[in-house]
Amino acid sequence: MNEWITHAPILIIAIPLFAAFLTPLVDRVSRRGRNALVFIAVILTLILTLALAKDVFDHGLRIYTLGGGSVDSTLVTLPSGYRLPVRIILEVDGMSAFMVVISVLISFVGLLYSFSHIKENGAGKYYTLFLLMLVGMLGMEVTGDLFNLFVFLEILSISSAALIAFYARGGKPVEASIKYIVISSLAALFVLFAIGLLYGEYDLLNMGAIAKKISLAGEIPFLAQIAFVLFLTSFALKAGAAPMHMWLPDAYGEAPGAISMVLVAATQASLYALLRVCFTIYGAAMDTAVIGGILIILGLISIFIGVTMALIQIDMKRLIGYAAVAEIGYILLAVGVGIFELAKGEISDYSMKALQGGIFHIFNDVMDIGLLFLVVGAVMYVTKESNLNKLGGLAHSMKYSSIFFIIGMAAVSGLPPLNGFASKILIYESVYKVSPLISIIAILASMLMLAIFVKIFHSVFMGPKLTEYERKDAPRLMLCSMAILAAIMIFFGLFPDFVVNNIVNPAVNALVKNLPYISAIGGA
Amino acid sequence: MTLNTYGGYWSPIVWVIAFVVAFLIVYILWGMGERKYKKGEQTKPFISGTEEPSKQEVHVRGGNVYWGFTEALKGYYNLMKKMHTGIINDYVLWFIGIGAILFLVIILPEVIK
Repeated sequence: MNEWITHAPILIIAIPLFAAFLTPLVDRVSRRGRNALVFIAVILTLILTLALAKDVFDHGLRIYTLGGGSVDSTLVTLPSGYRLPVRIILEVDGMSAFMVVISVLISFVGLLYSFSHIKENGAGKYYTLFLLMLVGMLGMEVTGDLFNLFVFLEILSISSAALIAFYARGGKPVEASIKYIVISSLAALFVLFAIGLLYGEYDLLNMGAIAKKISLAGEIPFLAQIAFVLFLTSFALKAGAAPMHMWLPDAYGEAPGAISMVLVAATQASLYALLRVCFTIYGAAMDTAVIGGILIILGLISIFIGVTMALIQIDMKRLIGYAAVAEIGYILLAVGVGIFELAKGEISDYSMKALQGGIFHIFNDVMDIGLLFLVVGAVMYVTKESNLNKLGGLAHSMKYSSIFFIIGMAAVSGLPPLNGFASKILIYESVYKVSPLISIIAILASMLMLAIFVKIFHSVFMGPKLTEYERKDAPRLMLCSMAILAAIMIFFGLFPDFVVNNIVNPAVNALVKNLPYISAIGGA
Repeated sequence: MTLNTYGGYWSPIVWVIAFVVAFLIVYILWGMGERKYKKGEQTKPFISGTEEPSKQEVHVRGGNVYWGFTEALKGYYNLMKKMHTGIINDYVLWFIGIGAILFLVIILPEVIK
């Protein structure tokens, strides 16, 4: 088993990548075989990811060097004796482990959901792209190298764009897909430019090695500062922070149900990249008060625009898309408060609690918004309709789906005792220390969020039976996917201390104490 | 099962117990209600003798929910709708604009120094 854990960082990328290229071939022979291949690939990745995460949470950072066997082999020694970390190096710390668990878990649930209804011609391509999406997310989350981060960002963007346009009904998904790929390419271009600037400044691409240079110098050169702004803007755009969020409701609104959910995890991968740049690469050397302030402002704008725009939507998937923007706002708000005191060396209690809340909320956001996307996907599957003005009375026939919607609605609105409340109370109380007004806005926005989802619940599930819709619930596999998410959400809600102590704290510590990540890579 | 927050703690088990107790009290009170109540004639709404329209006709659709709220904030929503054009050029413009602002906020003070 230890041998498997050693190779787990590359295996969790290699298995879905290999399966992705094998899928179209198997699809030509047997559809069942194709489904079995994809399922086995994802379940294997899930098992390896969970084992890797447990190992990292228990024993700390794990490094894997492609083409090398030990930690020392991360370095290449030049004839002059100068040693450089130039190999492809994967570094899995608490934060990476936290993120890969989210990505694989959501992909597994999304895959089960997809099996229930993706049966058209072209399903082979769907599953190939689905696996490539997973590869993109995992690669971004475990790589220790900036150029590889860019490559995986591109893999994720291209596969996501193709999946958004999977149903070409009326041209709208294609339009959303084109918008997504334009925005993603622009962000990726700026990221590449920023990587080029850092390479020009330090002759390095490894994140740990660059962080070491910045940390030793104690200040950030002009080029590296420009690179930071480019990273910040690009990853904030990809994470869906307002006012650069407009692509997000378009993409989420038109993608198939399962893909909308996996896209939420994909945006969190970009948020992870932003956290990695802020905490690990630049760390205490940056002006943490200014950067913290910027993130708080972006968070507040996202919360406010997200909830208020969601209120006037009549397309239920776009509505949830705007709610997702607001949820990203809560995470940015908490992270902003967490960054505030990073430069002081010893981070205060309220900053730590804010970071705990923010990181915990990443998991909760993916599950809560994900569950809601699955339910509305099921509603669209049964009724072929997403317009709130045309739907109604579905609780009569879609009993289980309506129960799952209530759970998702309560969780995303931060109602106790569900998971959303646990992370939001950590955020409210710690943010209050910075400014009571921010905390009040955050709480009011949560109340508005509840009002928004009550609107969907009323419009879709309440009222008399409408004769135009079939009287049946979603297929069993769809309900099973929803049940898995709902069960995790209830568990996280009832045992928040377990989650915070065992999953969230290792991630927060990995962000705040970046020394192990930096010192693991020698040389330069 | 207790999560320590910055200002105190959160215990889901206490909340669940409180919920169950409140539910039992409500259920007992409901059980003590009028037992002679008959379904049928007594459950129909009385609209000054006018016949009640069918449930399908009076169901409030999603677009009408919170009409008063959105009407009161018409000015804000008009602005927001203008901002959300759905045109990709505008999306890029917002990205460039925010990037420019961040450059000014982060880089400019260093340059002036």
